[in-house]
Amino acid sequence: MSDIKVPTVAELAANGKSPDILFWVGCAGSYDDRYKKVTLAFVKILHEVGINFAVLGPEESCTGDPARRAGNEFLFQMQAMANIQTLNGYEIKKIVTACPHCFNTLKNEYPELGGNYDVIHHSEFLQQLIDDGRVKLKDGGTFRGKRITYHDSCFLGRANNVYEAPRKVLEALDVELVEMKRCGVNGLCCGAGGAQMFKDAEPGKKDINVERTEEALATGANTVAVACPFCMTMMSDGMKAKEKEEEVEVLDLAEMIVEAKGL
Amino acid sequence: MAIISQIVFAVLLLVFLVILTMRIRRIKSNIQLGRSGGPVGDKGKRWSNVILLAFGQKKMFKKIVPAVFHFFIYAGFILINIEVLEIILDGLLGTHRLFAPFLGGFYAILISFFELLAWLVIVACVIFLIRRNILKTPRFVKPEMKGWPALDANLILIIEIVLMAAILSMNAADQVLQDRGIGHYVLTGSFAFTSFLKPVFDGLAAGPLMLVERTAWWFHIIGIFAFAIYVTYSKHLHIFMSFPNTYYSRLTPQGQMDNMPEITNEVKIMLGMPVDGEASPPPEGMRFGAKDINDLTRKNLMDAYSCTECGRCTAECPANLTGKKLSPRKIIMDTRDRMEEVGYSIQKGGKGLEDGRSLLGDYITKEEINACTNCNACVEACPVGINPLDVILQLRRYVSMEESGSPAAWNAMFSNIETNFAPWKFSAQDRFAWADTLKNKT
Repeated sequence: MSDIKVPTVAELAANGKSPDILFWVGCAGSYDDRYKKVTLAFVKILHEVGINFAVLGPEESCTGDPARRAGNEFLFQMQAMANIQTLNGYEIKKIVTACPHCFNTLKNEYPELGGNYDVIHHSEFLQQLIDDGRVKLKDGGTFRGKRITYHDSCFLGRANNVYEAPRKVLEALDVELVEMKRCGVNGLCCGAGGAQMFKDAEPGKKDINVERTEEALATGANTVAVACPFCMTMMSDGMKAKEKEEEVEVLDLAEMIVEAKGL
Repeated sequence: MAIISQIVFAVLLLVFLVILTMRIRRIKSNIQLGRSGGPVGDKGKRWSNVILLAFGQKKMFKKIVPAVFHFFIYAGFILINIEVLEIILDGLLGTHRLFAPFLGGFYAILISFFELLAWLVIVACVIFLIRRNILKTPRFVKPEMKGWPALDANLILIIEIVLMAAILSMNAADQVLQDRGIGHYVLTGSFAFTSFLKPVFDGLAAGPLMLVERTAWWFHIIGIFAFAIYVTYSKHLHIFMSFPNTYYSRLTPQGQMDNMPEITNEVKIMLGMPVDGEASPPPEGMRFGAKDINDLTRKNLMDAYSCTECGRCTAECPANLTGKKLSPRKIIMDTRDRMEEVGYSIQKGGKGLEDGRSLLGDYITKEEINACTNCNACVEACPVGINPLDVILQLRRYVSMEESGSPAAWNAMFSNIETNFAPWKFSAQDRFAWADTLKNKT
């Protein structure tokens, strides 16, 4: 395997080049040990396909989403303005991200503050690569025929109507997709959106992620496919709470492609 | 005699219209307590929402059983109004079944169709009473439904049954009178869904029978007037408000939060960026976010008047499902209650908004708004385009920016973003460290 280089936009700019697409890694993708694996998996795919991409690296900064959802509009706009200055400075046109929260904010909330980009979630990007024949999954690889359920991210699904792309990727992997009782437009949240990821839940009878995990387990699937760092954390924790982490894997779509192709 | 009843009817109709107009004005001025929104735009898409959601009941059909029975009542409500028009004209002109001579044989078919609808309305209302009071469908027995909301719901169903019973009795008695060729009872031909009730009234002499028919007629029309006024105080107002409310529903992606331009200006000044237009600070006394109903938008307040407390939002809410205090329906019900409290106070020359109470605190607690995951399930579930999430987010903005009262963990998250540019306590310098494993490979 050839070496994988992850160029920063600054490096490219220094050589008078620019990326076709910016990979917005996001805070979870940069710092969360579990989600860093998703970042690496996605980078492997980008490299394998030969996409002219780059990351902001140390110049990237939180989109401001959790601050905004928690009510701190000042902090959100400070973050947004700074990011937009960086992105516009590099004349970024197209962005792909593996985080639905970054995706939603960059796509829907930055334009009003002067940041206009063509933003795409990595599930949609992967689907396009598959559709264009640039990622070939011969007979689906290791996941062929496996019983897999897909957990919809709220910020991808209801927030942005992306329901099909993740499922198309799973279709290409030739899995046996079993839907949960609440799926698609009626999907149940993992419990982490709206800045819940960053505080304890209010008093109640049950944790939301446990409720959702039970629903996933009820499908009899041995893998839960996710497309969001927070869903990843919540579903993985849910599996631990149900003592099923040995039997049921929680995987991102990019990881599944990497595994199927043996990258 | 006839002229007296015409005068009585005209006076009743006038009183009804005056009260109704006053109620509509009150509701309008209550909604205008809110912030006005910008231009609405995209009329085509908005009308298509009205047609699909309000007229077409598209989202109702996510739950097929209640949708079908609700459709009976909805169709009954809209179509039986044609008969109400005839009743009003009869009342004013002193005529009886004014439309019959014009429509000929079709009149009996039309009335028979209305009768079928009336029966379906009764069936639906009975089933809904059973669902609420015997089966106790979970979303109808949540804490916020205790007391007036439960009574209101039952009253509406019972009133509708009684009104339909009146119109059916009136028709049955009318047909017996027609059969006997009495007085002014024009021959219309048999009505399909009340003729089997004729034996009930057959034993009565002409006098008492006419009394039954007239009583049912007056009871029905006065009942409709009274019900229409009642509706303006009730959750049942959705029968009118769902139409404008679906029109004014937001067309942007559900995940998109509304921007706060007044903050954009401040942030630009802080960052030394050029500001569009006058760089003026926000007006004195302006609040960031919402503490009370006047901080909310008029659409938020219209939402509150459009809510019929069906609880589909709450039934889908992940926080509520797992026993948290948050109920999106309660957020909207509280908004209406507070708005009516303020509106009533202003009407009486009272303190209005300055009564020392507010939506946040006296009605809605921080515990409720903090539990929201922004998942949009409530927004998606609402059949009439209500957005409880929008209210929650505005309340959160007030708590964060005016009170610095967010949960400690959120305040910690804010300071992490400020210092490390990430919500977690990691060094900004390590942001690109994930790639080191790849670099080591080279």
